[in-house]
Amino acid sequence: MIDIEEEAARIAGQGGSAPRLARDPVNLPMINNWLEAIGDEHPGYTEVAPPAMVQVWTMAGLRGQRSADDPLGQMMAILDEAGYTSVVATNSDQTYHRYLKVGEHLSVTTSLEDVTGPKRTGLGEGWFVTTRSTWYVGDEPVAEMRFRVLKYTPASKPEPQPGPRQAQAIRPAVNRDTEYFWEGCRQGELRIQRCGGCGLLRHPPGPMCPECGATKPKYLVSAGCGVVYSYVVHHHPQVPGRRTPFVVALVELDEGVRVLGELAGEPAIGLPVEVVFTEVDDELTMPSWRPRADR
Amino acid sequence: MRIGDALPEWHVEATPTFVISTALATRDFQDVHHDRDRAVQRGSKDIFINILTTTGLVQRYVTDWAGPEVLVRQVDIRLGAPCFAYDTLKFFGQVIGREERDLTVEVVGRTAHGDHVTGTVRIEVPA
Repeated sequence: MIDIEEEAARIAGQGGSAPRLARDPVNLPMINNWLEAIGDEHPGYTEVAPPAMVQVWTMAGLRGQRSADDPLGQMMAILDEAGYTSVVATNSDQTYHRYLKVGEHLSVTTSLEDVTGPKRTGLGEGWFVTTRSTWYVGDEPVAEMRFRVLKYTPASKPEPQPGPRQAQAIRPAVNRDTEYFWEGCRQGELRIQRCGGCGLLRHPPGPMCPECGATKPKYLVSAGCGVVYSYVVHHHPQVPGRRTPFVVALVELDEGVRVLGELAGEPAIGLPVEVVFTEVDDELTMPSWRPRADR
Repeated sequence: MRIGDALPEWHVEATPTFVISTALATRDFQDVHHDRDRAVQRGSKDIFINILTTTGLVQRYVTDWAGPEVLVRQVDIRLGAPCFAYDTLKFFGQVIGREERDLTVEVVGRTAHGDHVTGTVRIEVPA
């Protein structure tokens, strides 16, 4: 059994790795290749390098190997051995103390800052490993990077649930205030509450008109057409009866009120949509939205 | 440039040529950034953009907006969903802090799969 925390403390205790010199000094051909690939037309990089290139200068290269004292490599080997075989980078925080001039020759040293775990993540159980690199010109520190990876055991994918997905759908709370709405859905009508006193349309339903205080609501049957006012794409967490990602749209009806519902297809603000009704079972029919065909 | 100012939305088409040329220009020769067969063997759906390029794009997004006179002092990014070849990477940004000449800009880069990158860029504007 490997004591990961003990090993981490040992590696952290070694301090920084021996400075590794960049293959080339900061130079214009590499700057220009970078600008060309990134598509950056910044005119200022003729005598200094783009700050975000700092790590480029000390990359190990095509046949590069990690040095034996590289703390990230050592920590990865230990976690590999402990069964955490996959890796994904999670954070890169770079601070640039000054711009680097053409001709300056960088070196870099890296130390292990922190190892925390085991943590349960969306990818699987793993450890967060944080290193700190410092770039130098001579003795002068010119840039720093804190870099974090998650080293993890891939979680096995859950078995897909059998049966129709509607069977496990979350059911709405139907009560005296909302019963007319769900009854409408069963009959293929999108019903919008209308105040029996002042005639104000309102949604979602409630017992009392916020405008005049009347408590005798009626309803209007909407034509079922509107446009997407706003939307979210839901990725996480999982929702019973739904396969992520799915779109929840706030639809502004032609009648003027806004109604929430799932939207099938590619969402866009202002997209003309129409209501569709899906019968889940005898009791429940759900309204949702789809792009309007007649546009 | 004031707190609340939004940066114009910017779209990057991550063509295979873009993914590969930026990986090589950042001296990152890991096969998942240039060899689709190997990337698929390793469980990815395609080659994807490397971290040094993401950092570069975040920097470019901010300096394209702020102008070449500003100095970039810090780029802090959190990495999310990979940006695969053929994805469109959409950048959004907003100024979230200012202390005299020191500005903090929040940046999000998003593909259809979710947030590829979220982070902040600290810049120094001319006096």
